[in-house]
Amino acid sequence: MALFKKKTSRDESYYMASQWTLMWRKLQKHKLAKFSLVLLLILYLGALFADFIAPYGLEEFSALYKNTAPTKVYWTDEDGNLCRPYVHPLKKTNDRKTFKVVIAEDTSTKYYLDFFVEGIEYKLFGFIPTNVHLYGLVDEEGNPAPRTGSSAGRINIFGADTNGGCIFSRILFGSRVSLTVPFVSAALSFVLGILLGGISGYFGGWVDNVIQRIIEVLSAIPSIPLWMALSAAIPPGISVSAMYLYITIILSFIGWTGLARVVRGKFISLRQEDYVTAARLAGVSDFSIIVRHLVPGFLSYLIVNLTLGIPGSILGETSMSYLGLGMKAPATSWGVLLKETEDLVSVAQYPWRMIPLIFVVITVLAFNFLGDGLRDAADPYK
Amino acid sequence: MRKYIGKRLLMFIPTIILISFVIFFIIQLPPGDYVDSYVGALAAEGEIFTEEEILELRKQFGLDDPWIIQYFNWVKDIILRGDFGYSFEYGRDVWSVIMDRLYLTLAVSFIILIFQYGVSLPVGIYCANHQYSAGDYIWSFFGFIGTATPNFLLAIIIMYYIYVTTGNVYLGLFSTEMLQNGMRWEYVPEFLGRCAIPLIVIGTSGTCGIIRTVRAQMLDEQARQYTLTARAKGCSEWTITYKYCLRAALNPVVSGLAGSLRTIFSGSTVSAIVMNLAIQGPVLLTALKSQDMYLAGTIVLIQAVLVLVGTLLSDIALAWLDPRIRFSERS
Repeated sequence: MALFKKKTSRDESYYMASQWTLMWRKLQKHKLAKFSLVLLLILYLGALFADFIAPYGLEEFSALYKNTAPTKVYWTDEDGNLCRPYVHPLKKTNDRKTFKVVIAEDTSTKYYLDFFVEGIEYKLFGFIPTNVHLYGLVDEEGNPAPRTGSSAGRINIFGADTNGGCIFSRILFGSRVSLTVPFVSAALSFVLGILLGGISGYFGGWVDNVIQRIIEVLSAIPSIPLWMALSAAIPPGISVSAMYLYITIILSFIGWTGLARVVRGKFISLRQEDYVTAARLAGVSDFSIIVRHLVPGFLSYLIVNLTLGIPGSILGETSMSYLGLGMKAPATSWGVLLKETEDLVSVAQYPWRMIPLIFVVITVLAFNFLGDGLRDAADPYK
Repeated sequence: MRKYIGKRLLMFIPTIILISFVIFFIIQLPPGDYVDSYVGALAAEGEIFTEEEILELRKQFGLDDPWIIQYFNWVKDIILRGDFGYSFEYGRDVWSVIMDRLYLTLAVSFIILIFQYGVSLPVGIYCANHQYSAGDYIWSFFGFIGTATPNFLLAIIIMYYIYVTTGNVYLGLFSTEMLQNGMRWEYVPEFLGRCAIPLIVIGTSGTCGIIRTVRAQMLDEQARQYTLTARAKGCSEWTITYKYCLRAALNPVVSGLAGSLRTIFSGSTVSAIVMNLAIQGPVLLTALKSQDMYLAGTIVLIQAVLVLVGTLLSDIALAWLDPRIRFSERS
């Protein structure tokens, strides 16, 4: 009897729940989407706390460590007993016989891995000044190890780049650009696409014709010359944040046309439906008909498009950087990092330079899976 | 229907003129012109030009007029004499530079387009019909990996893998023997092998998008009442899928045709640089960088016209597929 009662109550809550509650419930059932949501949350938190998590700043590189593989962390001491994790710093010596410069681990020095180590100063969230980093190296007395110079002891968990900068730190700082630019530009092109596509499809006539011509012209021109011309028009020597804004606008300026065409097609086929005529006869305004009656009719398609649009711009940003049109060092983004692995030789010699690719792939996949989950959830009555 | 096509064809001409104008505007937008980059390049080698010589060069190339006059001269020559201008970089006609690579570019782009739709339509339908099955996940996974990896890196990874496993470096579509001896039948397998890398690299980037759209649309259509009615009538699953649902689901896929074409052109530019393919993309990029504007303008114009033709074809296909669109165009 208790079981029966429980079941009816659940059914009742199902019938009473609003569309959005049902969508949320259904999304939670989609395990991959839920997992992706958590993953994205972690990545965005990483971007927010980048200065804290990254052991080194963007300008902190050590020539001694250039192109070195991920730092080896030792967990056992000389006798093979488990001990506090430590690393050996690199040391540059001249071979007495050949005069060759040898860079090797200096096994006489140990730097211990520690949490909350003092490092370069930064402002957390942009206003709390501090110099504590999540992890770093300390010597026997607990003082922070030198981070730059010829006696630097560094822990580069993902290896180092050509300047000897920590790739892990650069990935974190890069994510600030790579995770927000696409989001903003996808949102911008989403709004433009729905608005212009909707107006075009709903009203028809000459408005439709003008918008269609604009879309046709913009979407017929391949994106490379558009990128090149628009990014060449960006004045040189502007600040990183302004550059970032320009890239966002360029990406969204190109991105909206595809969505607008699809939205128009959907509007044309939906505006014939009886319920739209009924709404119009009932005196509902055009804007309300578009927003309340037409857009929910193909919401699932729009959500797929939006979540596909974000990874699209992430990849767009990497292509732009690869062609040398996007951000430029010392400013960093995932595209800038991937540009450094541009040929076969560097992939073969320094495979750890591919690590940023893993982050790009994971982010893009997470957005895709989330979009998939949302798509299935967007139609909760099924 | 015939009237609709006629109307669209008429619309074609003003659009092309508008596009040529926009393209020319965009290409001359970056500051400086070819003479600047030419003088700059020679100055780096130690050859210094005087002010008069630079002015003379500019006059010789016809770059001293305002850009709008240059545009009108360019269009006039195209219409009256079929002359697309002069490539400063190559020192000959733009058209002859383009003809070097045009057929190969068209062939590569067309094959990729066929590959994209040929793979993603059946896969999308399969995934919709077997939602949440192992096949659905596996196909989605492969599609996603292809989309999630930037083109140029995918190319590098595949080339590296081939190098490690076979010891050959497949750079470009033709081997040195092919270029020396001309095409022979015995080279065909190797040529196809060399085609496979760009096909996978450039093709997969769009495939996942189409798979997802088809899957999403098919799922939407399968929930409609007409599907239920068809099933209740006793129609076979084959008829329901291919005659009813697919026809309705194709709407966004067909309208995305021109977009795919454009993505292929852009995607192939970046990948062609990595893989050293003898297609139009790298030529376009260097032309844009050195401000060889007539060459760049013509290549972009050709690509834009092809995309426009794609748009036209997709619009006609839409009107044919969806009677509601046909009806609204008539009224």
